Amino acid sequence: MARYAMLIDLAACVGCAACAAACVLENEAPPGHNRLWIRQRELGSFPNVIVEYRPEQCLHCENPPCVPVCPTGASHKTTDGLVMVEVERCIACAACIAACPYDARFMNPAGYVDKCTFCEHRVKEGQDPACVETCPTGCRVFGDLDDPNSSLHEWLAKAERVDVLRPEMGTGPKLMYLNTPSKLGLRNPGSEVES
Amino acid sequence: MKLNRRRFLTLSAASVGALAFTGEARAFRAPWAAPQKWYEGEVKTVFSYCENCFWKCGIAVKVAGGRVRKIDGQPANPKSRGRLCPRGQAGVAQLYDPDRLKRPLIRIDGSSRGDGKYREASWEEALDYIAERMLGIKEKYGPEAIAWFGHGSGDKWFVEYLPAAWGSPNAAKPAVSICTAPRETASQWTFGRPIGGHEPVDWTETRYIVLIGHHIGEDTHNTQLQDFSEALRLGAKLVVVDPRFSTAASKANRWLPIKPGTDLALLLSWIHVLIKENLFDREYIKKYTVGFEELAVHSNKHTPEWAEKITEIPAETIRAVAREMAAARPRAVIPPGRHTVWYGDDTQRMRAVYILNTLLGNYGVPGGFYLAKPPYLEKYPHPPFPLEPAAGGCSGSSGGEEELPEGFKPRADKDKFFAKTTAIQELIEPMLTGEPYPIRGLVAYGVNLFHSIPNVPRTKKALKGLDLYVAIDVLPQEHVMWADVVLPECTYLERYDDLVGIAHKTPFIELRQPAVEPLWDSKPGWWIARELGLRLGLEEFFQWKDIEEYLNTRLELIGSSLAEMKEKGTLIQRGRPYLKDWERRRRNPFRTPSRKIELYSKTFADHGLDPLPEFTPPMPVPAGFYRLLYGRSPVHSFAKTQNNWILMELNPENEVWINRHEGEAIGVQHGEYVWIENDTGVREGPVRVRLTERIRNDCVYLVHGFGHKSRGERLASGRGASDNALQTRYVLDPISGGAALRNNFVKIIKGAPRPKHKHIGQLARERRL
Repeated sequence: MARYAMLIDLAACVGCAACAAACVLENEAPPGHNRLWIRQRELGSFPNVIVEYRPEQCLHCENPPCVPVCPTGASHKTTDGLVMVEVERCIACAACIAACPYDARFMNPAGYVDKCTFCEHRVKEGQDPACVETCPTGCRVFGDLDDPNSSLHEWLAKAERVDVLRPEMGTGPKLMYLNTPSKLGLRNPGSEVES
Repeated sequence: MKLNRRRFLTLSAASVGALAFTGEARAFRAPWAAPQKWYEGEVKTVFSYCENCFWKCGIAVKVAGGRVRKIDGQPANPKSRGRLCPRGQAGVAQLYDPDRLKRPLIRIDGSSRGDGKYREASWEEALDYIAERMLGIKEKYGPEAIAWFGHGSGDKWFVEYLPAAWGSPNAAKPAVSICTAPRETASQWTFGRPIGGHEPVDWTETRYIVLIGHHIGEDTHNTQLQDFSEALRLGAKLVVVDPRFSTAASKANRWLPIKPGTDLALLLSWIHVLIKENLFDREYIKKYTVGFEELAVHSNKHTPEWAEKITEIPAETIRAVAREMAAARPRAVIPPGRHTVWYGDDTQRMRAVYILNTLLGNYGVPGGFYLAKPPYLEKYPHPPFPLEPAAGGCSGSSGGEEELPEGFKPRADKDKFFAKTTAIQELIEPMLTGEPYPIRGLVAYGVNLFHSIPNVPRTKKALKGLDLYVAIDVLPQEHVMWADVVLPECTYLERYDDLVGIAHKTPFIELRQPAVEPLWDSKPGWWIARELGLRLGLEEFFQWKDIEEYLNTRLELIGSSLAEMKEKGTLIQRGRPYLKDWERRRRNPFRTPSRKIELYSKTFADHGLDPLPEFTPPMPVPAGFYRLLYGRSPVHSFAKTQNNWILMELNPENEVWINRHEGEAIGVQHGEYVWIENDTGVREGPVRVRLTERIRNDCVYLVHGFGHKSRGERLASGRGASDNALQTRYVLDPISGGAALRNNFVKIIKGAPRPKHKHIGQLARERRL
């Protein structure tokens, strides 16, 4: 029993997409689909500019809206708090894709719903998810919120601010962003570019 | 423009449904068959080093079912430390790129270079064809009439080993005069040492960093990015000087949007403040340097008020930054950057960078620069080459001053500039003019002739006039499909290369070894070089029968073996990073004429060059034009990764950055496609407009490496604009031989059509191997 979570320090992230490339290869997302992507945001005006790079993927919510809508139970939450899709039970009805407020899921052309699993297969072996392991800036940390020795707690304590995407949805994301450069939260006016 | 992911997902979900009804039943899996994952079976790990940029990170290649599945960083490697950038990981997609060159090709008789008409040939025929013509050229003009250009770690065979054995001094790499020549030349004449290929900045010990046109985070040099991030985490303050708000600027405490081309004035005014306000490290200056008195007098006139008028940075900001860096010294550093060929006075600008660092007392001191030492490694004991290899590299100058044996000519670019390094762009000229002597043949290995060397029209004209042009490459890039003979090399994941020794805090040696067998009829560079060498009558230099014997011999000479290296991947030695480590052994690291750091260079004075850096204004921007700036995408390396589907999905085209207000004033919209035309009439594009607050209004910016024209590269072709095509003008740095590229001016022309391209994902699916 664990409560797995991931933190991304946006003060360090440079949007280099090493995490996205690692994810494609580790999890073999088919061409044209991504489990993980980067958003880029530009705020302010010359010469007072703020630029924020933000990797996004499944947030493994405490209250995942994608789970209750699944007619077969394929979309489920594990006892370790991971939101998973059991491929064998998925009928590709796409209800969960519509329910996810973060657009974190996609239809794999092989006929099932696909998304970030926090690399459960690696976590089971005691490894970090592929995106965490490779990040050159070290802006990601993964761990168990129920484990008092996890470095998650140290990162959370040191952070100037902690944000989640769309807090108003009450989903309780377990992917949290630290030190957003705008110091204004994650969704405020400004152009957003997906890369 | 915002790409709406939800809409994108809706569309892709709809297309899956459509597929199911059009008979592609395999799109729906059988309900009991969960997909088999590559990591569930047996996975073999092969240690090697990366080739997707020049940084040479140690990699751990994961092979399952006879196929490379993933590439991770080698945990014990000092460069990767278990982490990799996106390009390093996406090497898998280069290996399995169906557009790769598959068999040797010979240009069809009667066709012209550039027509792209080829027939397939056997290796035997292709190599015989090349050897016959090379020997013919040698007989008629001499061995120097063959030029050898190379890029990448496999170029060892083609710009060092073979040319030296063959007897041509005309071997060059773009890594010198299109990149690091000014900073290396300046370092040589200031510190008496190369600064080194991998910038020995003591990042994690420093407390104050000033980046000048140095795009960390956009040039994803793995180790440097790791250390830079760690430095910021540890609380280092960051100042970024750049006309563009780079990714590094987004992490900075101060961004100084300097007027392009005026960096040297800013540096001189910082030197002025440090001296006038007595903020410099007097003890360090006294102990390790010569020429301080001359510098102090020289810097009198460089007041911040003088610099403000030139740089458009307020004098008060200049003073504040100088005081902050002085307060942090010696743990304050101004890193040199890599690509330093900007305006033509670049060696002098880099001298100013080093003088400023020296005033902070940081060279060879924790928190400044460490002294990178190359590892101990022996050469293969072949008979001596007639010429010493002299192509040099990004880590510094090559020989070139040694006496030439009788019967051999000096390099054709000699006497054009002060330093003894090579200048690849100056070797094009003799192909056209025959001066100082003719160059009639060219062997190009891994170098992209149309995306790295300025003045592409001149290069094309030169290629057309040659008697022989051979290209050795992995992909059918545009310049490759101009060659008389095209030799398909296998990728770095399918071959051995020579050992590399990396100068570092802890010097180390890395092994490249194949993870899988070569695909199609492609061959490793060492094999091509050896087979060619045997046909050229150079048997005495190729007495090793294969690369394993060659590598094992070199490794046994230093007490290791190929078997050990295959197991370990990286062999780490001890370094001597700081001045105190040298002093303990009573050694002097400064190999300058005075054996000290030369603030004032008497050698420069003796050669009629400014002994102390002096600001000269850059070429002015003509009315109606913008200065063309260029840089990198974190997911691409040079012009070599634009056919990699994983990287192209992450960044499929470049955009021209235009200041938002400027763009509105000239009536262009964010997201529209335009042409870019330079002041000599060369037009590039269509390219998408990015209106942004992140750049000054007197310049525009393009990411380098896009705008490929080769039809054979189906992903790269026709996407974005090539900065290199627009760089028809360069200013030759008279000291380093660097080709300064920021002297090109462009205007924006509206009305370009939106290119009709398939999505990268769709193309990648259609082409899957």
